[in-house]
Amino acid sequence: MIPPAFEYHRPTDIAGALGVIAEHGDEARVIAGGHSLIPMMKLRMVEIAHLIDLQDVADLKGISVGETIRIGAMVTQHGLINDAALSAAAPILREAALQIADPQVRYCGTVGGNVANGDPGNDMPGLMQCLDATFTLVGPDGSRDVPAREFYEAAYTTAREDDEILTAISFAKPAGGYAYEKQKRKIGDYATAAAAVLIEKQGGKITAASIAMTNLSDIPVFSEAAGDALKGTDGTGAALDKAVAAMLADIDPTEDNRGPVEFKKHVAGVILRRAIARAVDRA
Amino acid sequence: MADKMHLKLTINGEHLETLCEPRELLIHVLRERFNITGPHIGCETSHCGACTVDLDGKSVKACTLFAAQAQGATITTVEGLASPEGMHVLQEMFREHHGLQCGYCTPGMITRAWRLLQENPDPTEEEVRFGMAGNLCRCTGYQNIVKAILAAAAIMNGRDATADDAVKTPEEVA
Ligand SMILES: Cc1cc2nc3c(=O)[nH]c(=O)nc-3n(C[C@H](O)[C@H](O)[C@H](O)COP(=O)(O)OP(=O)(O)OC[C@H]3O[C@@H](n4cnc5c(N)ncnc54)[C@H](O)[C@@H]3O)c2cc1C
Ligand code: FES
Ligand code: FES
Repeated sequence: MIPPAFEYHRPTDIAGALGVIAEHGDEARVIAGGHSLIPMMKLRMVEIAHLIDLQDVADLKGISVGETIRIGAMVTQHGLINDAALSAAAPILREAALQIADPQVRYCGTVGGNVANGDPGNDMPGLMQCLDATFTLVGPDGSRDVPAREFYEAAYTTAREDDEILTAISFAKPAGGYAYEKQKRKIGDYATAAAAVLIEKQGGKITAASIAMTNLSDIPVFSEAAGDALKGTDGTGAALDKAVAAMLADIDPTEDNRGPVEFKKHVAGVILRRAIARAVDRA
Repeated sequence: MADKMHLKLTINGEHLETLCEPRELLIHVLRERFNITGPHIGCETSHCGACTVDLDGKSVKACTLFAAQAQGATITTVEGLASPEGMHVLQEMFREHHGLQCGYCTPGMITRAWRLLQENPDPTEEEVRFGMAGNLCRCTGYQNIVKAILAAAAIMNGRDATADDAVKTPEEVA
């Protein structure tokens, strides 16, 4: 199982990568960690004539932590998990990344590849919607920012143009409690359902709540109504029921090898309850 | 057909070169061009970890990496772990604790465990299980693999691996 022949490029800066895309258009594609792309190429489900390896592009690496947090697209899940400053400032990222794939995959797989891929099973897109993150894209006409909540259009279809490279992800340092909860059949599996939750509280009452879920539609599901249902409450009882009902109205799972629709809705409810409870507890 | 590339790698301390196509998988280059057959092919679909090698300080599945991506890398395979004095303590402990039956997963298991113990020299049982989650075994039920790794860690930390208290309990870690 190897893909058809391709020409391999390894530029050292973003301009070099954009240059190869400009020259070869649709025939060119970037590769980051390769742990979504290589399996697809081996199955010959995608064919690429010019493969542009981003591993030597230093400008796509690095994490900076302040009131705004910025993560370079080529930061690996392993790098993210082991960044002490990031884990202190935004522990939800570490909690989520530890639930992605297995150790070997996490050494290679990047945050940029995970959000750019557009696979509904990827965990980072929902998380980034929960954090209200912004993706920075650079193309032939310069740079632009797209909110994570507006980036996903359909499975494998995103707001990124084919000639753009995703360079970084940024978001405001989150406050309050957090939880990333995921149900999977085994380690290394994609989610049957996963929930990212951030909760802020004041005097026992929830003042802000952000909730997104993964693999329950062809795109990640950020539910404003679910968050609103918790505001002004203590996040238990009727308010929790209302938040879960709001989310269940927003998801649209399909039957596959992870189960029928009714089962997925059930699991989504269970996972969301757990995530909200943990986030409220930590707030 | 794309042009062949001149691939240069440092494998188990030796500088090795070959001509290959960029699309060749690292596992095929290791096994077929260099005759380094410790790393096995179990699934060839990124799931089993039998092909695990150490590449620039990371445990990676060599079936999910193109040869071209590895250009210039420093690689350690199971063949590189023993020294002239004898087997690596991990290898000794896999033998001692029956950490293998058919042995197919073993090179990947040991190479992964080698990196795990460098990052976390004194892990708990739970940390070993989590850190080894990318390696599947169809024979042992994992119990003796975990025991072997914990015993190796105990020895590397100067404890008597046969003593009752050699393996850390969760309370000791907390
Ligand atoms: C066994 C296994 C289990 C897995 N389990 C999970 C899981 O539970 N959860 C999960 O989220 N993922 C999982 N994954 C996927 C893994 O996390 C991938 O690494 C990740 O989805 C993609 O990141 P990558 O760096 O490998 O990207 P690549 O595979 O290199 O690229 C993916 C796609 O994004 C594009 N791309 C990459 N970087 C950029 C960029 N900077 N700009 C523009 N386009 C870009 C590529 O062209 C390609 O189309 C699993 C993978 C495996 C093999
Ligand atoms: S052969 Fe590489 S993961 Fe199974
Ligand atoms: S010993 Fe047979 S697969 Fe592990």
